[in-house]
Amino acid sequence: MIETKGLEHTYDGNNKIGFPDIRLEKGEKMLLLGLSGSGKTTLLHLLGGLMKPQKGNISIAGTDISGLGSSALDKFRGKHVGIIFQRPHFVSSLSVMENLLLTQKLAGNSTNSSEIKSILEKLNIAHKANSSTRNLSQGEQQRVAIARALVNKPDIILADEPTSALDDHNTNEVVDLLEQQAEAYNATLIIVTHDTRLKERFPKRIEL
Amino acid sequence: MNLLKLSWKNLIADKWSTLLSLILFALGVGLISLILLINHQVEDKFEKNLAGIDLVVGAKGSPLQIILCSIFHIDFPTGNIPLKQANGLKRHPLVEKAIDLSLGDSHKGYRIVGTTPDYVDLYEGKIQTGDLWKNTFDVTLGATVAKNLELKIGDTFHGSHGYADGMEHDDMDPFKVTGILSPNGSVLDQLIFTNKESVWAVHDGHGTNPDSISIDDREITSMFLFFRNRMGNVQLPRMINENTDMQAASPAFEMARLYNMMGQGENLLRLLALIIMIVSALSIFISLYKSLRSRKYELALMRVSGATPGWLFLLIILEGLIIAILGYCIGMLLSHVGMQLLSGYLTEEYRYEFTGGLFLKEEGYMFLVALAIGFLAAIIPAIMAFRTNISETLSEG
Repeated sequence: MIETKGLEHTYDGNNKIGFPDIRLEKGEKMLLLGLSGSGKTTLLHLLGGLMKPQKGNISIAGTDISGLGSSALDKFRGKHVGIIFQRPHFVSSLSVMENLLLTQKLAGNSTNSSEIKSILEKLNIAHKANSSTRNLSQGEQQRVAIARALVNKPDIILADEPTSALDDHNTNEVVDLLEQQAEAYNATLIIVTHDTRLKERFPKRIEL
Repeated sequence: MNLLKLSWKNLIADKWSTLLSLILFALGVGLISLILLINHQVEDKFEKNLAGIDLVVGAKGSPLQIILCSIFHIDFPTGNIPLKQANGLKRHPLVEKAIDLSLGDSHKGYRIVGTTPDYVDLYEGKIQTGDLWKNTFDVTLGATVAKNLELKIGDTFHGSHGYADGMEHDDMDPFKVTGILSPNGSVLDQLIFTNKESVWAVHDGHGTNPDSISIDDREITSMFLFFRNRMGNVQLPRMINENTDMQAASPAFEMARLYNMMGQGENLLRLLALIIMIVSALSIFISLYKSLRSRKYELALMRVSGATPGWLFLLIILEGLIIAILGYCIGMLLSHVGMQLLSGYLTEEYRYEFTGGLFLKEEGYMFLVALAIGFLAAIIPAIMAFRTNISETLSEG
């Protein structure tokens, strides 16, 4: 499902990082651990198609994304990859529902508000569908961010430090949700973190 | 959730900046449109009322005043000229036709003009009801006069001396309405016509037998001259100004001078409108630029979700265009409603009807200019949005 080979990235012309090869099947889960500065965000951006690899290949669902043109990559990313960022950002002028409709639209999918509602229900946040994203608590924002990563039924879900700002209780809840939803969509889940609380929950780990 | 809707939501989310840009844009557009409307209508009326008159002859004084008074009935007469001298000019071989005018009285603000039916023909006036004036004290009313004073055939009234209400000639025989003209948009609408004998009779005073004054001692206010050929324009003004006590005023020349004078004020207004438009473009630019900086994560996120750089570019350009289109519409509304409100005042002041219901093709061009301004104001922010680097932006925070 996702496979990388010989990925390398050079920062500012000299600081070179080589990444271990990754190979995950559909529905597999993995933790990507590393201290800050270890290049884990870079790897996440490479996996998500947010930047192009300088060296090496990434293939997702059979497509070599390092070979895609930039607008083809934009569309591919929208359709196949769901990303949850450390700090959730939304289109602030839009409500929760509108943000999710926009996400469907941008990926080139038809918009479907009843599907969005059912995702929000599963994430226990359906009552906030018409709220402005600015009026959500941090935990609620993180749930909406998860919903956004799910609306296009991605093949791969990437989560960048999804729990770093959360307490133990919320951390467990968010990780539970991520696991459940990834399973529900049969998506590959990669969580990038330095949060050691997650270590025991994921047998498959790569440390950078 | 399409592009247009998202642009709109973004504008609403920043409503105070958007409002400021809109107000400035509307003011600029409105001001330019108002200048165009007034200009067009004034020049239109002026041209229409010039009616091919080659020369106006009046008493010595400002030639512009003679034109404004005799043709447009705005200013006061410079004085009177002897009928004998005027008749002398009519016999000049270069003169084809002449129309005498005797002014000096009014009724409820509408001027009474002592002249011949040639005056009505000059403006292609048509009688609506009744007949043109024939006998002394018969009057024919312009359409607006009849409407506003609610006068009809057979009604009588006394004229007032001068151009304001007050000193009525109520010791004289009253004027009697014998006809009303159809509205035709020229100066005719605003005037009351009679023969020059009526004007003389009113001014001779009660008890004077009009026949007791020799025709050689009669005076008129001014006279329109029409020449056989252009030589008249070359020879007669000089001859009149140098050899007689009268003053020749060329409508074409005086109007050109007047436009030139008005042009100065108009240029200043245009400059002001231009400055407002520039400030408005700047306001659109600054508010987009500012909001873009706070929205850069949103833009990066939309890219993550599959938006192409071109889509983001269009999103921002649309925000500029929406303000331009809305600003244009509000501006046009302001100018046309404003013109309509102003027309009441202008009609009273200048005796011409103005309307806010007129749309000019220049206003159509202004729409294209408005679109161009909206586009230009948004282009730099749009390019910034186009260049959003997802990875860098998201790594920052």
